[in-house]
Amino acid sequence: MSRIDTPAVGRMQTIARNPVMIALVMTLAIAGCASKKNLPNNANELGLGGAGSATPGSQQDFTVNVGDRIFFDTDSTSIRADAQQTLDRQAQWLAKYPNYAVTVEGHADERGTREYNLALGARRAASTKDYLISRGVPANRLKTISYGKEKPVAVCDDISCWSQNRRAVTVLGGAGM
Amino acid sequence: MLRRTFFRLMVVILAGCGLIASPANALVELNINKGNVEPLPIAITDFLQGELGKKISDVVAADLKRSGLFAPIDRGAFIEKISNPDAAPRFEDWKVINAQALVTGRVTQEADGRLKAEFRLWDTFAGQQMTGQQFFTQPENWRRVAHIIADAIYERITGEKGYFDTRVVYVAESGPKTARKRQLAMMDQDGANARALTNSNDLVLTPRFSPNRQEVTYMSFENNQPRVYLLQLETGQREVVGNFPGMTFSPRFSPDGQRVIMSLQQEGNANIYTMDLRSRTTTRLTSTAAIDTAPSYSPDGSQIAFESDRGGRQQIYVMGADGSGQRRISFGDGSYSTPVWSPRGDLIAFTKQSGGKFSIGVMKTDGSGERILTTGFHNEGPTWAPNGRVLMFFRQNAGAGGPQLYSIDLTGYNEQAVPTQGFASDPAWSPRLE
Repeated sequence: MSRIDTPAVGRMQTIARNPVMIALVMTLAIAGCASKKNLPNNANELGLGGAGSATPGSQQDFTVNVGDRIFFDTDSTSIRADAQQTLDRQAQWLAKYPNYAVTVEGHADERGTREYNLALGARRAASTKDYLISRGVPANRLKTISYGKEKPVAVCDDISCWSQNRRAVTVLGGAGM
Repeated sequence: MLRRTFFRLMVVILAGCGLIASPANALVELNINKGNVEPLPIAITDFLQGELGKKISDVVAADLKRSGLFAPIDRGAFIEKISNPDAAPRFEDWKVINAQALVTGRVTQEADGRLKAEFRLWDTFAGQQMTGQQFFTQPENWRRVAHIIADAIYERITGEKGYFDTRVVYVAESGPKTARKRQLAMMDQDGANARALTNSNDLVLTPRFSPNRQEVTYMSFENNQPRVYLLQLETGQREVVGNFPGMTFSPRFSPDGQRVIMSLQQEGNANIYTMDLRSRTTTRLTSTAAIDTAPSYSPDGSQIAFESDRGGRQQIYVMGADGSGQRRISFGDGSYSTPVWSPRGDLIAFTKQSGGKFSIGVMKTDGSGERILTTGFHNEGPTWAPNGRVLMFFRQNAGAGGPQLYSIDLTGYNEQAVPTQGFASDPAWSPRLE
């Protein structure tokens, strides 16, 4: 763009810098405390299928009878006791069916910012992967990916949903890095 | 698909019909640092001649009104009908309807097909022209001409640069939350001319403009490999930024446009790296077992603000551009994230999470002087207008539905919804095109 420019007329006076201060002190800083009990640990408990009806060694067998997902406390990447049981079953199942490579998908609930949740999901996937390795699953069968808060499974505005979305899902095959 | 609009524009200052203001004669002005400013009553007449003239003055009026600093007067109240925008108006007719400023203009087609748009801004109480300019451009650029005129009026009256001739890149979202589709989109700052930059096949997040507005860096899950990309807006060409051994995310340009700064995820840790776009060399800036992310340069490029949970919860830190002198600056209740350095250099905008609410706020670059601008169920991801006076962010209300874009003045006043066709998040304001 070309510009031919000289001030026409008049002159602006300098504006006084006088920023208004709006101090809003937030005093309630208690993060939501996660319920550690009564969470579904597999698709059967989620009502997704009947136990025992799946062909052994199939995707459905893994999802329904073993449990494909574990849950985390708010901002936490620790593998809870209930999650350890699920991952132990996963490790046993993967030992029994050694042809499967798996991807651990890490997820976060929506009560955080996008960038942080991408990293938090990755952390959860990593700690899940580390646990599976500690239970004998070869590292070269395991990949991870994080979807942050972008792929929730439960949609509501309270902890009953957020606690289901803070999860790591072990996917047979799957994509990841 | 996308083509750069070469905007051949010529500005000519129009002489003021002999009505030269003497410096002693104070003209209408607005102190926009005062917070809740009483909007300035302004009469914006239909530009002569015909439909296009009316459309241009409509856009000018809408820009000024949305700024919260101007109150365009209903045209039905106008007494004088402007028939010659070059002649001095009957100031009495405008004073009586309390128009402190008056805009007149004309749009004509040149013999070569170009559009000529001219306007004059009058101070009705001083009885003087404040400024007058004319522009030549292609007819399809009429909206940009209107935004440039609005910028000129804003600058003449407030003393600050305008931000109307700017664009916003964002993530356009559609579909239910459990199967949300996301694509990059770009629009004018007023929501007009919205268009998609990517298809919705791959998850895309956090688009950011380059300083010259010709490129966007963003994160994409293309091929299930979450990585930072660079998109050339003119050609639509895309490329991965760097060859990192893991997920890269949260990119942003350096102020000189030569580097992209981003996070690299390795196992449980996220650290901050830069990649020089010419030499392709990468530099690691942080080295912790924490989540270090959301880096943002100071406008002079000498410092970087970022967030880290190295102390437990997410807090804002500042370091030198080489990674030196890392220090925490946020110490309020709750956690702080997504720091974004103001284009003026004096403030850092952030998202704050406290008491189950999400706020947008600003603090000085040493962490002092925190001010919360808006608080609610979920507000996230501030971006600065290039004049540093206005912030845009996205808001998700409780309940069904999806995120929407909002703008708010630095003072915390004048919160406005930014119109988008569907849900929208992750806005990034373009720089001004000089």
